[in-house]
Amino acid sequence: MSSQNRPLSPHLQIYRPQLTSMLSILHRIAGVGLSVGTLLLVYWLVAIAAGAEAYQTAERLMGSFVGRLLLFGWTLALFYHLFNGIRHLFWDIGYGLELPEVYRSGGAVVVATLGFTLLSWILGYAAMGAF
Amino acid sequence: MPPGSTRSGAPGLGAAEPGYRTWRDKRWTALALIPLCVWFVASLVAMAGAGHGAMTAWIESPLVAGLLILLILATFYHTALGLAEVVEDYLHHQATKIAVLFSIKIVAAGLCLIGILAVLVILL
Repeated sequence: MSSQNRPLSPHLQIYRPQLTSMLSILHRIAGVGLSVGTLLLVYWLVAIAAGAEAYQTAERLMGSFVGRLLLFGWTLALFYHLFNGIRHLFWDIGYGLELPEVYRSGGAVVVATLGFTLLSWILGYAAMGAF
Repeated sequence: MPPGSTRSGAPGLGAAEPGYRTWRDKRWTALALIPLCVWFVASLVAMAGAGHGAMTAWIESPLVAGLLILLILATFYHTALGLAEVVEDYLHHQATKIAVLFSIKIVAAGLCLIGILAVLVILL
C-alpha cells in the first residue's frame, strides 16, 4: 500500500466533541491562521517603509470591511493562541494536568480570549474617536 | 558497519528534527512572544487610525525598532516550527513533506528578512 492508501482508524466519526479536544484543534487552527497573518505584518511594515502613498493604500485595504473582518479574526486568533499557549506552557512544567483543572483553565482561556479581543477593538475604535 | 546498525542502539544518529531542540526553541520563542505580542497589540490599539507620520515616528525610536525586530525574529521562528509540526502530523508522502518543510523555512526566513529590513529602512 502506498502512504496515501493506508486505512486510518476512524476518529471524527467516533469521538464526541469535548472542550479538551475542541480547544486543542482550535489552538492549531489559530496558529495556522496567525501564520498567514504574518504576511499582513510584513506588508504593513513594508508599506510604512515605502512611504505615505503606499501606506495609504495599506490603510484603505485594512480599513475595508473585509480587511477589518480579517483583522478581527486575527485578533481572536492571536489572543486565543496566546492564552491557550500559556496554558500549554503550564502543562509543560507539570501544572494543571488534572481533568477538572484542564476544563477550568480551558474555560478561562475562552473567556479571556473573547474579553481581550472585544476590549482591544473597543479601545481601538475609541482611540479613533468613534465614541 | 554503518553507525546505528549495532545492537547496542543508534549511536551517532540522534534526532535531528523534530527533536529536543525543536521543542525547546518553540517554548523559548513562545515565552518571548507573550510580552512582545502584548506590547505590540497594545501599541497598535493606542495608535489606531494614526497616519503614516505617526507610525514612522513611533518606529524611529530605537527601542521600538529593537522590539519590533525581536518580535519579527521570534514570530517567524515560532511560526516555522509550528507549521513544521502540522506538516509532520498530516503529510506523510516523504518527497512532498520534505519539499513543503523546506519551503516553509525558506519563506519564513525570507519574510523575516524583509520585515527586519523594512524596520531598518524606517529607522535610518
